Amino acid sequence: MGSCCYSPSPSSSHLLATDFFSWGFKSSKLPFLQKRRFDRSQRASKICGYYGLRTPPYKLDALEPYMSLKTLEMHWGGHHRNYVEGLNKQLEKNDILYGFTMDELVKVTYNNGNPLPEFNNAAQVWNHDFFWESMQPGGGDMPKLGVLQQIEKDFGSFTNFREKFVEAALTLFGSGWVWLVLKKEERRLAVIKTSNGICPLVWDDIPIISLDMWEHAYYLDYKNDKGKYVNVFMNHLVSWNAAMARMARAEAFVNLGEPKIPIA
Amino acid sequence: MAIRPLLSRTLGLTQTLTHSHSHSHTLTQLRGLQTFSLPDLSYDYGALEPAISGEIMQLHHQKHHQAYITNYNKALEQLEDALAKGDSSSVVKLQSAIKFNGGGHINHSVFWKNLTPVSEGGGEPPHGSLGWAIDTNFGSMEALVQKISAEGAALQGSGWVWLGLDKVSKKLVVDTTANQDPLVTKGANLVPLLGIDVWEHAYYLQYKNVRPDYLKNIWKVINWKYASHVYEKECP
Repeated sequence: MGSCCYSPSPSSSHLLATDFFSWGFKSSKLPFLQKRRFDRSQRASKICGYYGLRTPPYKLDALEPYMSLKTLEMHWGGHHRNYVEGLNKQLEKNDILYGFTMDELVKVTYNNGNPLPEFNNAAQVWNHDFFWESMQPGGGDMPKLGVLQQIEKDFGSFTNFREKFVEAALTLFGSGWVWLVLKKEERRLAVIKTSNGICPLVWDDIPIISLDMWEHAYYLDYKNDKGKYVNVFMNHLVSWNAAMARMARAEAFVNLGEPKIPIA
Repeated sequence: MAIRPLLSRTLGLTQTLTHSHSHSHTLTQLRGLQTFSLPDLSYDYGALEPAISGEIMQLHHQKHHQAYITNYNKALEQLEDALAKGDSSSVVKLQSAIKFNGGGHINHSVFWKNLTPVSEGGGEPPHGSLGWAIDTNFGSMEALVQKISAEGAALQGSGWVWLGLDKVSKKLVVDTTANQDPLVTKGANLVPLLGIDVWEHAYYLQYKNVRPDYLKNIWKVINWKYASHVYEKECP
């Protein structure tokens, strides 16, 4: 895997342990690192990797009243956890998919449009990690500085972008996600929607913000009122700080404009 | 005549349920274009408890199905306009909205008829020709139930799981469709006998993410009489 892979966050590799390194990894004290599971019963000749469930960067009740504790517990503790465990179970039987970071795994299992059975679980694990980090307590409001500038450049105004984002969310058929992505080829921001577990990484685009439009994401809190959920997300949950960090990293991969050459 | 329970009266509803088995779609003529409206259920919202909660039935019927109908009517109106103007690109652009919302209306209309309270025979296995056909095609009723439940649980995202009849080959099939695609999208000769909604809105409030439990319990309120009726019509 020597290709240039965009890594949305510094420690996106959930890869916990392989039989190769028989270290006794103690759980780190950092708040966002999860319990490491280490399978000691593997025979020395078998190589396997396991991925872990990352906790969101805030307590599960921190997004109240906009996203309830009940939803977080169900969504993260139930759905997200199932995807991780499902993925690990699939990888147990698979010798080829070894040693990838999560985003690499997503791209590889997408298999250029002919997804392998592991794709759904891998993509959904990645999508949900990205989603939790796209939100923060006290979120919403407006982006600032570079992100705002880029949005205004590519959408005309923040209001226009917001309208497009909400419209995309409300016109999605079935289960899926809405994204603000930075398109690598076109070198501009765009709002896109994807079905089920598809994520823009597979097209080599760089996601900046995402919103889960699967019914399980909002049904407990808002029942069928998608409009309210989306507006609450934009007004109170979306983390423009996370977007700023991701944009900054993305600019290392995408040339967004004229360089500011200092005059000597 | 089933009268709405107290709960719905406090919500301001005055709908009285009738046991009329006449046309499922109430059509009204409006400028030559037929518009669709929400069909009534032949049972109370709470009548399917504990298999499906009254809360879910009410939301599912009054909010979700109604939304499909509203958007379907809107799309049809826009289609009529586009056709009159000869605006081909609009005609084609509207197809996905028509498929989604129209499919939603078709599917849910069948779904309500596929369910019935235990007191009205819900869950009672089919006798007669459908029972025989199930044994011939799948081995046994249990095998069929297993197959449908397994396919429903394995469906990724939103969709439906169906027991259908190929009206040409007269064979029974189990199949799934994504989103609101009706069964005909999987085969032009397929007639739906039984459809189970596995969109999360169909079970989430009650079963949360445990879709297999929902699929296990829904069999208690499945209306095999309706399925038999459709089957016998196609295979006299």
